[in-house]
Amino acid sequence: MATITLDLAAPSQAISKSPGFWSGVLRRLCRDPVAMTALSILLILVLIAILAPYISPYDPSKGSVIRRLKPIGTAGYILGTDELGRDMVSRLIYGARLSLIMGVVPVPIAFVIGSAIGIVAGYAGGIVNTLIMRTVDVFYAFPSVLLAVALSGALGSGLTNALVSLTVVFIPQIARVAESVTTQVRKLDYVDAARASGAPPSTIIRVHVLGNVLGPIFVFSTSLISVSMILASGLSFLGLGVRPPDAEWGLMLNTLRTAIYNNPFVAALPGVMIFITSICFNLFSDGLRAAMDVKS
Amino acid sequence: MKSDAMIDIRNLSVTFNRGRKPVKAVNGVSLSVKPGEVLALLGESGSGKSVTMRSLLRLHPKGTKIEGAMAIAGRDVTGLSAGELGAFRGAVVSMVFQEPRLALDPVYTLGQQIEETIMRHEKVSRSEASARAFALFQKVRIPSPERRLQNYPHEMSGGMLQRSMIAMALACNPKVLLADEPTTALDATVQIQILLLIRELQKEYGLSVIFVTHDIGVAAEVADRIAVMYAGRIVEEGRVADIIREPRHPYTKGLLGARVELAHGRDRLITIPGAPPDLAAMPPGCAFAPRCAQVSDACRTDIPALIPAGEAAHVACIQYA
Repeated sequence: MATITLDLAAPSQAISKSPGFWSGVLRRLCRDPVAMTALSILLILVLIAILAPYISPYDPSKGSVIRRLKPIGTAGYILGTDELGRDMVSRLIYGARLSLIMGVVPVPIAFVIGSAIGIVAGYAGGIVNTLIMRTVDVFYAFPSVLLAVALSGALGSGLTNALVSLTVVFIPQIARVAESVTTQVRKLDYVDAARASGAPPSTIIRVHVLGNVLGPIFVFSTSLISVSMILASGLSFLGLGVRPPDAEWGLMLNTLRTAIYNNPFVAALPGVMIFITSICFNLFSDGLRAAMDVKS
Repeated sequence: MKSDAMIDIRNLSVTFNRGRKPVKAVNGVSLSVKPGEVLALLGESGSGKSVTMRSLLRLHPKGTKIEGAMAIAGRDVTGLSAGELGAFRGAVVSMVFQEPRLALDPVYTLGQQIEETIMRHEKVSRSEASARAFALFQKVRIPSPERRLQNYPHEMSGGMLQRSMIAMALACNPKVLLADEPTTALDATVQIQILLLIRELQKEYGLSVIFVTHDIGVAAEVADRIAVMYAGRIVEEGRVADIIREPRHPYTKGLLGARVELAHGRDRLITIPGAPPDLAAMPPGCAFAPRCAQVSDACRTDIPALIPAGEAAHVACIQYA
């Protein structure tokens, strides 16, 4: 019986490392002008948030009774002042910090927990799947805003509690997506082929299932960041997230709503920021989805 | 069990318990394949040929009932533990799938997938595994192998993918190759190349092969022996030349008569009337009786046994009893 003999004359480039999946994704993403624009705007916002103490013209929490509700374009206060006479530029810059944290932090945590739950349920199938997914469905039954409000209300206001409740809101959504892609992948021929070549279940989950399901779950999760920002703003608006006088876009929207008839443009500014940020996250995740489609 | 057989299946029955009624896809199949022999399992869709073959690797979903005895290279397959099964699959028995495009993982390069398979079974370094992948790609005659190893499955043609699949199946020097309609998804010109390649590698490595197909022409091309399956049972088995020249079972005769090659000059193909029986509600006697032209009353009540007919052949038909 013959065996495969090593061809010692095999050229050395055969041993060189093959280009990874992610480098291809990165290459395609860089060619997408919309995604790159969205990403640049997001990076600028992150930079602004990090450099807030150095670039904001005034102290964001220092007000003045005589300068209340100045309109946009006032000398020295380009974007005007809020109902307590605080500079809007400084408030928006500082607000980027908390808003970005509340938008971004819950998603990766929920991504890890939700993916794990969903992949286990999808791969195990049968009764395990039913038990896990029906439990998940209980959370899924509530509208996400209602669930976030209820959880935050029960836990009490504050940044950490708001983050916890947002994470809990996203876990079932991510788990559901993870479960459905895993169930699809599990039935595919290459999983059978891997089993036929002797791969144990741990390898199949780690290599073949994770390799094929993480992409779609990741893309879905990035689209949740904008949802998270809006929900977080909503929580702050209701007084369940960040507490005054901290600057956060949702909270600013809440406090400025009294000024909406006197100075509607200033009152709308935090909403504009929320809109820009969330649409950038959405456009970026769309670009990511396209870039991760190997067949394109 | 016979000691000289590489694959020995005795009275195998496979029952799927999905859905309302249990479905008996394989119903008392016995087969044996000698070292270096190619057996073609011939039958139409749902005749249980793929199920029989997958049983050898125990690839069935949970809840499937497998009865009977199976041994490969003297080892009892039914009694293997999960760990033993992992070491057995790929290293002793490996499998080539019907659709190479679906059977290769889309997010890894072919090189990575072959290296993974080698490193799973043998303690070798990544660079040695990749050198072996290179040698395998040369063996299955893929042009510019070093570049092809770095391709993803979607970047290659069906024929090249099936060659890669064969390379992957042979990566750990198995003794037995199971081929599940490996040429069905390919176009006609590529089909014959793949058949010749399998035949050539089989001779070189001394592989025992079970080749599942519904195409009697393919079976004649590649096999030493043919076993014809119908509705989960083997109805006839024998050497290729004997079956082609002198088919005994009415079903085999029907299959041979229905070939496209015989249709020249005629408008219509000759077909076997009727459809295969519902596996969940099998007729009491011979499964082929409802479609058989030579049916007698005894056919409808008793299941005919597989009995010797001529030299080295078996047939399950009441006419030869």
